[in-house]
Amino acid sequence: MDDREDGPVSGAIVKIKGLTKRFGAVTAVDNVDLEVAPGELFALLGGSGCGKTTLLRLLAGFETPDAGRIFIDGQDMTGVPPHLRPVNMMFQSYALFPHMNVAENVGYGLRREGVAKAETTTRVADVLEQVRLADYAQRRPAQLSGGQRQRVALARALVKRPKILLLDEPLAALDRKLREGTRFELVRLQEQLGLTFVMVTHDQEEAMSMATRLAVMNAGRIAQVGTPHEVYERPTSRFVADFIGVANILKIEGGWLALRPEKIALSAERPGLANVVAGKIVDIAYEGDRSLYRIATDGAVMIVSTAPNLSHRRGDSVWLGWAADAGHPLDA
Amino acid sequence: MIGRARFAFTVLGFGYAFLYLPLALVMIYSFNESRLVTVWGGFSMKWWSALFANEAMLQAAWLSIRIAFVSATAAAIIGLAAGYALARAPRFPGRGLFGGLVIAPMVMPEVVMGISMLLLFVGAERLFGGPERGFLTIAIAHATFSIAFVAIVVQARLADFDRSLEEAAMDLGATPWVTFLTVTLPLIAPAVASGWLLAFTLSLDDLIMTQFVAGAQSQTLPMRVYSSVRLGVDPQINVLATVVVAVAACALVLSGWLTRRKV
Amino acid sequence: MRFVIALPFLWLGIFFLLPFALVLAIALGTNAPDSVPPVELGIGLKSFTLLFTDDLYLAAWLTSLRIAATSTLVTLLFGYLMAYAIARAAPERRPLLLMLVVLPFWTSFLIRVYAWMGLLDENGLLNQFLRWSGIATDPGTILGTEWAVHLGIVYAYLPFMVLPLYAVLEKLDMSLLEAAADLGARPFAAFLTITLPLSLPGIVAGCLLVFIPAVGEFVIPDLLGGTDTLMIGKVLWDEFFTNADWPLASAVAICLLVLLAGPIALFQHQQARSLERRT
Repeated sequence: MDDREDGPVSGAIVKIKGLTKRFGAVTAVDNVDLEVAPGELFALLGGSGCGKTTLLRLLAGFETPDAGRIFIDGQDMTGVPPHLRPVNMMFQSYALFPHMNVAENVGYGLRREGVAKAETTTRVADVLEQVRLADYAQRRPAQLSGGQRQRVALARALVKRPKILLLDEPLAALDRKLREGTRFELVRLQEQLGLTFVMVTHDQEEAMSMATRLAVMNAGRIAQVGTPHEVYERPTSRFVADFIGVANILKIEGGWLALRPEKIALSAERPGLANVVAGKIVDIAYEGDRSLYRIATDGAVMIVSTAPNLSHRRGDSVWLGWAADAGHPLDA
Repeated sequence: MIGRARFAFTVLGFGYAFLYLPLALVMIYSFNESRLVTVWGGFSMKWWSALFANEAMLQAAWLSIRIAFVSATAAAIIGLAAGYALARAPRFPGRGLFGGLVIAPMVMPEVVMGISMLLLFVGAERLFGGPERGFLTIAIAHATFSIAFVAIVVQARLADFDRSLEEAAMDLGATPWVTFLTVTLPLIAPAVASGWLLAFTLSLDDLIMTQFVAGAQSQTLPMRVYSSVRLGVDPQINVLATVVVAVAACALVLSGWLTRRKV
Repeated sequence: MRFVIALPFLWLGIFFLLPFALVLAIALGTNAPDSVPPVELGIGLKSFTLLFTDDLYLAAWLTSLRIAATSTLVTLLFGYLMAYAIARAAPERRPLLLMLVVLPFWTSFLIRVYAWMGLLDENGLLNQFLRWSGIATDPGTILGTEWAVHLGIVYAYLPFMVLPLYAVLEKLDMSLLEAAADLGARPFAAFLTITLPLSLPGIVAGCLLVFIPAVGEFVIPDLLGGTDTLMIGKVLWDEFFTNADWPLASAVAICLLVLLAGPIALFQHQQARSLERRT
């Protein structure tokens, strides 16, 4: 199965065709096709400058494309200004209005819709309950912690019940501990509310653990789309194999092979496996539940991940072996 | 390091002395019994009572205040528009000219602006029969050169403005105009207010342009001060100076507080 | 947005730009003392030729340029030192220090110039001080000389110089100077090669903010200068109010405009670039 391009998704809530955006001489988004199914937590993953944020902003309506079309829930939204789109965004900096308190911030979107005051108050209270900020309704953004501000930003977007919620690097501004808790929160909320999330991140661990499907982007193009499992086990290019997790890229006849470190066995004696190579341990990175071994072989340095074996030392001569189907051939 | 601190201290000390000594002396001499600023004749408030009884001066002051109010308000509105356009409008035809028109009054010698505006009003009088030279013409002239100052303040504030706030507002359904009213304007209001204060002060103080475009009836405060001062040192002017410095200090402190508030 | 641009454009177009066309028209006319207004329209260069051939006027041009230039330099020196000192002061003190520099600017210009009149008078406090301290037993009167005019311009325009310089110096990244020192530059060398070049935009802005209006100054030479100090701003004023020679006064205005067009354009260009750098 060809995983590089996404096959048509039935009843896609987002359909992007041939989308291109240039800034002067730089092509930030290059002829991108993409579909997102309703109810997905879809991640756009890539390094800085790969075009993921631009793509998100195009979806939100803050940038107009130079070419291509954007369909949201079947309707052509290309060129429609942001305040008329059924999408809402959670900004990386949260963009909370400093001159309004939490309740006013969250209710802003409803007031713009013309929702009656009584209903606004109720809905605001409900959503604040959901993000566990009910007691903070009268506070100003300046009086909140980073994590609390994020929840306000989330509440403000969610209260409008958008078809799609866009998240721009939602965990980037949080510290480590908070990040992990928030990860679960976001996924739980998304599943509970049955909304479609499109998330931008540069953190592949984040994308892998949160997304139902993800797209790896590189230089304005989509390198591969698939579930985290697909992308990890069956990368289609060296770029993707290298970007997601750690991979050994081996040159084989007719192309390349991606070999994950945990698929390689490490032993002192020569193992009876299909592929075998000898080498010397150059470095050991102990991580508690596993160790990463760097082995210098005849060809190149290979990385092996396995349960820690304290009898192995730096400089030891060892054998590496892997099954015939352990590696995945790459197209590019 | 100590040497550097002492040097800075000396420089600033000398600088502030230079800036304030003349004013301080004038203020002190407003309490002088004697008319002269060369001789101290004892403490007296007589010049204070004289000034506040001086009908002509008070009338002129009242006129100046009213003109300043009107021109500052006009300058604030137009300057806000100009500053916003300069900060936000991407290339548009005539942008260079626009920018030049907004900024030039800031540095243009007043005699040039004065004569040109007078000729405009004279021409208008011949063509349309008005406006008559007086309150309105002075206010227009003052507003015209104050626009630049307001525009600069607004432009600077907008440059520091977090645009994601405006994007968030639009994302939540606000049209660009509503976004401006509910998000941008409240947050730049202190800058606009301090621009208004500046325009007010500049208008209150203007002499040259006023002299050109004022009619025979209008005498603003600076005009009165000037005609008095040409004849030499006048103790009532000393008193006026003290009042002006006090008012300016209050205005400046207010302006500083406004611009430093992070709403 | 179009309306937002149109409003200032229209106002300034009518009240700032259009009048200059009128000034030119009058400058090309001839003096007609009996009519109201006292101008006869036409195309004549009499006023202009007069301005450039008569010794008095030529002297006035040169004096204005000379005084403006020297005053600007002195103000630059003074202002740079002050701006530098404030920029290097403790961050919590800076707002106050800056406000103290700006306060005179918010006080009446006229009154500030007037304040010097008393000081510089023959028996004014300055001379009293000089005599009392023994620095000079018979100091001449400064009031009424070119020195007083210089002093007045520096005094009046100092805040205009300090503000843009401060803006630039305050943003200066200290670590650049640390790097320079680390690489062997002595303090003064670091200043010349790092601080000075980086503060150039502020220097240009400040100098233009002082020089351009100073050329056309009227109040300062009128109140502090004597009859010898004839600056071009005063020429315009006298021709207009005293001699009622509108064409000549207008011609002076036009010449001033042409003379200052370059610096004004430079200033505007500067402003535009500094805005671009900020956004």
